[in-house]
Amino acid sequence: MSGSFSVFTRELKLAWSGGGGAALPVGFFAAASSITPFAVGNGVENLKIAGPGVMWIALALASLLPMERLFQADLEDGTLDAYAGSGIGMEGIALAKTLAHWIATGIPLAIIAPVLWIMLQGPPEASLFVIVFSLIGSAAFFFFGSIGAALAAGMRRGGLLIALVTLPLYVPTMIFGAAGLYAAASGGEWAAPLMLTGAAALFGVATSSFAAAMALRTAID
Amino acid sequence: MAVMSIFANPHRFMAVSKWFAWGFTALGSVVILIGVYFGLFVVPPDAVQGDSARIMFVHVPAMWLCLFAYAFMVGASLISIVWRHALADVAAKSAAPIGAGVTALGLITGSIWGYPTWGTWWEWGDARLVSVLVLFFIYLGYMAIWQAMETPQKAARAAAILCLAGAVNLPIIHFSVEWFATLHQVSMKASDEFKYPMYVVALGYLALFGGLTLLNMRAEIMNTRAEMLAQRRQAAAG
Repeated sequence: MSGSFSVFTRELKLAWSGGGGAALPVGFFAAASSITPFAVGNGVENLKIAGPGVMWIALALASLLPMERLFQADLEDGTLDAYAGSGIGMEGIALAKTLAHWIATGIPLAIIAPVLWIMLQGPPEASLFVIVFSLIGSAAFFFFGSIGAALAAGMRRGGLLIALVTLPLYVPTMIFGAAGLYAAASGGEWAAPLMLTGAAALFGVATSSFAAAMALRTAID
Repeated sequence: MAVMSIFANPHRFMAVSKWFAWGFTALGSVVILIGVYFGLFVVPPDAVQGDSARIMFVHVPAMWLCLFAYAFMVGASLISIVWRHALADVAAKSAAPIGAGVTALGLITGSIWGYPTWGTWWEWGDARLVSVLVLFFIYLGYMAIWQAMETPQKAARAAAILCLAGAVNLPIIHFSVEWFATLHQVSMKASDEFKYPMYVVALGYLALFGGLTLLNMRAEIMNTRAEMLAQRRQAAAG
């Protein structure tokens, strides 16, 4: 446990000191949401229909961005080999790394989400819901994404493969989270989507590190 | 375990599978033709949907087989991960393109059937159609993994992990899509004479799937052997 914790703190320090690498997905999230009105039209009604959904897609894609480097960098420079010999289970490593990256990137994504929400004509009083949904949703996206990240870690251009492998796993979170955002926008029933999004995230947290660890052990063989 | 170790030997597999591969392929083709003949010419048109319902003889067995093929791959992947059974990897890899093809067939025929029946080529409200679309993407990802890895051993392992991850998630995906769906197309209340050709075609699909998978496996094994032979010749010459 203490071993996993040191991996976790190391990852956090690296993520925040790496020249803004952790902030790039936030920029992508903001840019992708901001170009929406150019495509769907700037009318308030259009944005009310498309806005929450497009924002949720942008959040999912922004969460995919850090996945390519999640394990790849450590695999290339031999850190992962050192971890494998350290006696910490690979599951703990995968969990610690994904959690650290979610804290470094997923939480900033959730913090900026209400700003984009209001730009896309969402009601400002729902901002708190947007933060909560984005926090839970990005956790689900990060942990499901870590499976694809681990599978593609040994490939030179694994980014597209991660997307192809991971996006089907995003479907439940996509449905529940977007349903929750639309409910928050219209003042509808949000508790059920919130709980289901939470269930998807918990399922991802509970299972993904086992699959990721199995893939990582293959990658360092 | 004893049964599995018989097939662990690729030489024995090659000797036995030759006959099964062509036998199943021929049997499947004939049975499909019989089933389709009964479906198209013998069964009376559906009371509500008329002749357009006849596409169900192709569509429904395809939907069944795309699930069966994935279940087969899951079983093979499990065997590969637990017992490191070399032929299990080959089996899962060989079944994937056939499963993906059947899935595409199911989606296309479903959409062709949907146009006269629902008035739209694609209905996002039908949970089963949408879940199968997600399954199709999982098939694509699985095949992409095999293509992308450098060594076949690593590819086999990664593909097996993805296959199992997909299997764990499929029920959840299906449930969530169902929740998302607003329009439920209830299972067709088919009369018995409508059902029998469907079962016959399904059996034919199953036999054809077995035959084609075996043919693919044989091609895969021969490919590996040819590569090894080429390497050995190169080593001897160089």
